[in-house]
Amino acid sequence: MNITLKIWRQKNAQSKGGFKTYPAKDVSPDMSFLEMLDVLNSNLIKSGEEPVHFDHDCREGICGACSLYINGKPHGPLQTTTCQLHMRSFRDGDTITIEPWRARAFPVIKDLVVNRTAFDRIQRAGAFVSINTGGVPDGNAIPISKDIAEEAMDAAVCIGCGACVAACKNASAMLFVGAKVSQFALLPQGHPEKKARVENMVAQMDLEGFGACTNTKACEAECPKSIKITNIARLNREYYSAKVTS
Amino acid sequence: MEKLDSKIPEGPLAEKWTNHKFNLKLVNPANKRKYEVIVVGTGLAGASVAASLAELGYNVKSFCFQDSPRRAHSIAAQGGINASKNYQNDGDSTYRLFYDTIKGGDYRSREANVYRLAEVSGNIIDQCVAQGVPFAREYGGNLANRSFGGAQVSRTFYARGQTGQQLLLGAYSALNRQIAVGKVKMYSSTEMLDLVVSDGKARGIISRDLITGKIEAHSAHAVLLCTGGYGNVFYLSTNAKGSNATAIWRAHKKGAFFGNPCFTQIHPTCIPISGSHQSKLTLMSESLRNDGRVWVPKTGRKGLTAKEGSAMSESDRDYFLERKYPSFGNLVPRDVASRNSKMLCDEGKGVGTSGLAVFLDFADAIKRVGKSNIEAKYGNLFDMYAQITGDNPYEVPMMIYPAVHYTMGGLWVDYNLMTTVPGLYALGEANFSDHGANRLGASALMQGLADGYFVLPYTIGDYLATIGWDDKVGTDHPAFNEAMAGVNDRIEKLLSIKGDKTVDDLHRQLGLAMWEYCGMSRNEAGLIKAKQVISDIKSEFWNNLKVPGSEKELNQELEKAGRVADFIELGQLMVEDALDRSESCGGHFREESQTPEGEALRKDVEFAFVSSWEFKGENKIQELHKEKLHFENVKLTQRSYK
Repeated sequence: MNITLKIWRQKNAQSKGGFKTYPAKDVSPDMSFLEMLDVLNSNLIKSGEEPVHFDHDCREGICGACSLYINGKPHGPLQTTTCQLHMRSFRDGDTITIEPWRARAFPVIKDLVVNRTAFDRIQRAGAFVSINTGGVPDGNAIPISKDIAEEAMDAAVCIGCGACVAACKNASAMLFVGAKVSQFALLPQGHPEKKARVENMVAQMDLEGFGACTNTKACEAECPKSIKITNIARLNREYYSAKVTS
Repeated sequence: MEKLDSKIPEGPLAEKWTNHKFNLKLVNPANKRKYEVIVVGTGLAGASVAASLAELGYNVKSFCFQDSPRRAHSIAAQGGINASKNYQNDGDSTYRLFYDTIKGGDYRSREANVYRLAEVSGNIIDQCVAQGVPFAREYGGNLANRSFGGAQVSRTFYARGQTGQQLLLGAYSALNRQIAVGKVKMYSSTEMLDLVVSDGKARGIISRDLITGKIEAHSAHAVLLCTGGYGNVFYLSTNAKGSNATAIWRAHKKGAFFGNPCFTQIHPTCIPISGSHQSKLTLMSESLRNDGRVWVPKTGRKGLTAKEGSAMSESDRDYFLERKYPSFGNLVPRDVASRNSKMLCDEGKGVGTSGLAVFLDFADAIKRVGKSNIEAKYGNLFDMYAQITGDNPYEVPMMIYPAVHYTMGGLWVDYNLMTTVPGLYALGEANFSDHGANRLGASALMQGLADGYFVLPYTIGDYLATIGWDDKVGTDHPAFNEAMAGVNDRIEKLLSIKGDKTVDDLHRQLGLAMWEYCGMSRNEAGLIKAKQVISDIKSEFWNNLKVPGSEKELNQELEKAGRVADFIELGQLMVEDALDRSESCGGHFREESQTPEGEALRKDVEFAFVSSWEFKGENKIQELHKEKLHFENVKLTQRSYK
């Protein structure tokens, strides 16, 4: 396949970026999207240009590092991570536009790499159970119904990639925060600190400059781990209940 | 020999750890805050130990090269974590888990270490549950277990096929709590580039901020390397692209001995290479071999597609594992399955465009139990396979090929997890201990968390209490200046070669040589050849490499270049070690050492030792020290799967 790539290039956070067009020739449909970029980079290096910087690591859909905005969609046309997208999802002759995640809270570092440390700071605000190592009860001491455990797991599978923010017209992080709040709200281990947790995490989310949720459900449609917006509903419920009772 | 003191405590096996804990010195709670500890890596071992030490009151600096500690590659572990809880009432015990692990490791690990691992395994599950890890549950609300290879009891705890992710996020949450209270200072997107040693003790590290390029010195009373394995020496592996050996290799060059470097685990069920562009290999759970039948055409048919394969008549197929190993069939251990697949492909019987693949066929299983049953069991794996290859495994056979998955070798550590450099520790996959020559499934997560939550927090106190809080040097010490200058020189050198080969070009060459000569099956002639090939790659690397950009900014090529420079040297040591160990054991198959039936032949009299290599200077032959292994509780037997 022969493809035309329109890629966002930006030297660093301070400089102004812009699109550059590159041809990608003889692309195999079995290549992953990132391998197609590897080949482009190898050619760029050999011709004396700087390679396109992009985040990636595990390349098996679980670390959450890869974060390309492809043809107007986070992670591209499939509901998966960028690293699990293959060139057979495109057609010979296609033009593919690649941009970084766009959100005020995710400033561009270089080319397609953005700074997502805001997510870590939200987690630090309360996404934990305050217990130390050791001195905990036996794993079976508190039974947890299978349904609850499964529902908590549905929320816990979030990989922290930020596609929800990138998909949202408000750059809201409600799905990301909702997933974590839900996991702990569902499990008995999370109950003692549930009020402080949700209040602190939401406060940090606002501080980081993420937008509000207006229920467009774009996050759910693009989440590579299929996290449901019912988690946002639960986040709201937890938040209001904490606010009126604390 | 005298240089290696394993510090294994005296006394009966089951009492060693308890007695040892009592005999270790303690640091008074009020004095812990006077100590600083550096932890490199935030996977299961790194995140759990950083959090645990901070909870105790130590001041911790934690480093990871990823943009967030949550992305460490422990996150990708699928299957589960072993623990001898005996919740199933099926006869599990600490001793049984110990026995299975030491046997699975083909008797090349220490009894005392492995027993301790089994002993603390149950605590790990309790800890993770308390953190809010959503393990799979039974209808009554109790924790669920599944069975796994190498064991006859059900002791594997799991969270769907994402156990590593959930355990890591648990440890990450504990780490976050300590970052929030200021006991851990977190350095993300920061890579360790050298270890600082003075007066024979580890004093700190030199790091590079990957975004600004800033080189910094950090001093501490102790340094903990929790940086994972070195499977990426092979270029293609199931490791993450960024997984690297730089921290342990720099430490090795500063005096830490390297244990069993040649012990690599090759996993049989990975998705095959689709072309020269291949950048990584994806593992599929070996549970697939419970129902899938492995076969190749009886006569070589390179280029055969899965669709053509499915139409092939039974009489033209060779179900080679069932044929050679009638009692275990498709369920032979990882190393046996991998080796046989490669052997047939080398004979020209492989399928697919590369000829480097064998079929894993579910047609019989679907006929037997129905598609819906297979879907319930393996649905996510089948989807993943279809996504990557474009083939539908419900209709056509899968193609699989072995891939490098885990490295049992690593920095040599004593019973306290301390390396041969006082004050320098190695945890998790970064050390050599516990798995011997072969690791059992669901044991890596167990070891990472055992080291981090329940071993190191006890053992480090002994060292810190012995040296005292005054025994620390500042970053203005000449040893720091010297290490920093070394790091800067190397970066400058990498950028100044300006040749015409990319880092990936050379890394791929290294990987091919390692795979060919130091992979699943090794022989003396091949290993000797590998020495030359790698030495040529090394010289090509330092004379003809091209690294664009500058060191003062995010420069992913520069990052890769530094890592590959270290992989090349580590590859040389792996080959040296494989040459020396002229026996077959675990993941290491030496063709000169096999039974008349062609199976692995272990040589316990000559080789029941840990090979431990000492760096003697650039381009000098490393010195081998042998730590003899003593087996007082288990009887050594040869494995047989016929």
